[in-house]
Amino acid sequence: MARRASRATTRRRISWHASDGRGRPRDVSPLLDNFFNRQILAQYGPSVLAGFWLTVEVALLTILAGVGTGLALAIVRAMRVRAADIAITIFVDVFRTLPQLVIIIFVYFGLPYAGLQLSPFAATVLSLGAVLAAFATEIFWSAIQAIPQGQWDAARSLGLGFFQILFKVILPQAVRLAVPLLANRAISITKGTALGTAVSLPELLGRAESVMAIAANPSPLTLAAAFYLVFFVPLVVASRWLEGLGSPKFLHGQR
Amino acid sequence: MDSLQLFLANFADWDSFLMIWPLLWQGLQLTALLAVVTLPIAIAVGLAIAVAYSFHNRPLNVALLIWIDLFRSFPVLVLLILIFYGLPFLGLKLPSFTACVLALTLNNSGYYGEIFRAGIEAVPHGQREAARALGLHPLHIIFLVILPQALSRVLAPLASNSLELVKTTSIAALVALPELLRSARVAQEQTYNPTPLTAVAVIFFVLLWPFARWVARLERDMLMRQR
Repeated sequence: MARRASRATTRRRISWHASDGRGRPRDVSPLLDNFFNRQILAQYGPSVLAGFWLTVEVALLTILAGVGTGLALAIVRAMRVRAADIAITIFVDVFRTLPQLVIIIFVYFGLPYAGLQLSPFAATVLSLGAVLAAFATEIFWSAIQAIPQGQWDAARSLGLGFFQILFKVILPQAVRLAVPLLANRAISITKGTALGTAVSLPELLGRAESVMAIAANPSPLTLAAAFYLVFFVPLVVASRWLEGLGSPKFLHGQR
Repeated sequence: MDSLQLFLANFADWDSFLMIWPLLWQGLQLTALLAVVTLPIAIAVGLAIAVAYSFHNRPLNVALLIWIDLFRSFPVLVLLILIFYGLPFLGLKLPSFTACVLALTLNNSGYYGEIFRAGIEAVPHGQREAARALGLHPLHIIFLVILPQALSRVLAPLASNSLELVKTTSIAALVALPELLRSARVAQEQTYNPTPLTAVAVIFFVLLWPFARWVARLERDMLMRQR
């Protein structure tokens, strides 16, 4: 700000900073030139866009795999087989407790020593999917347990079998209870796609970083940030709306 | 049997572990420091946002909601990269520790702000009116009447988010801060086996598991109350 105030005297210094020796326009502020450089954006935009599509792909696969696996494991838990209960609890606790980045690094850099070399794409989707699956299992299972026992008893007295009760009576109620928590969790884990850059997955952040290094200008990073906002702001706003639906207190509490 | 021994020699080699333990111990201390410094700052900023929101000044609240949603939408790693690799182009070069604290704080101010905000909004309006009728100062109303009730409602998301914050400190490894995960990657160059990574996973699990179980119980209780 102070710099701008006395523009005439500092112009020379600014243009020295802003110039990259390729004869680009000199009369620009360092903010515009560095973070919103049109020439750089035009040149490297397509590459960043390709990263964006990869991010979307990883995000969708993670959500599908995570929520699907979580629902399946919660159903297995509802069958109350002791060995399965123990195995699922261990899985859930491990992947709920460890940081996502530790898991991704372990899968990508550790597992090859056990003869399992995964691609960056597979390592990222597998790791994030496992983390989301752990949280989803926990959420679905808590929701199933939150449905009163009387619902099971009533359905059984009508002559329904176990799976009929589960799928037609319990799950429709449980899923509704689970959705707000699950949406929050899915969004926050999906944001972990950016961690793929640690195992050189060329997703949005990774692309932006490598392009930034080539161009010696952080404008691609601004573009990536904008893409992340475009993708996640609607989800975050929607999840707040879902939360309001989930708990009547928040809707009818006051005001 | 042979393959099991080979597996253990790679992933859980005791000699390698002893060799790299000093490095990991230093990393663990830095991870703890990062968490201990960031947690109170992020909670304070989030609380300030929520208290400011509770005065229901419309333009201010629009701005606060934008702040909250903006930082909840940004992957924290993107924020960190912007701060650590982007700001130097504007002449602001932060050390990696400061950059991490800043990124984690901004990111979590959104989360904590939303948690506290939802909690405060959920306290019945009559409480505020009753307190005002008693002639309490607006700040007294917030801190002595509303917040204590709000906190008990949002304990589960509060604890859950704090656990996530501690876990997220590991992204500091990506800006070369030698915390636990980074130390393990460095140690791996000495051991040529994945034992350091196993050690980090075990350390994180042992330290955070009791907390994770507690959070899970809080969340389950919350669902039970909601049904």
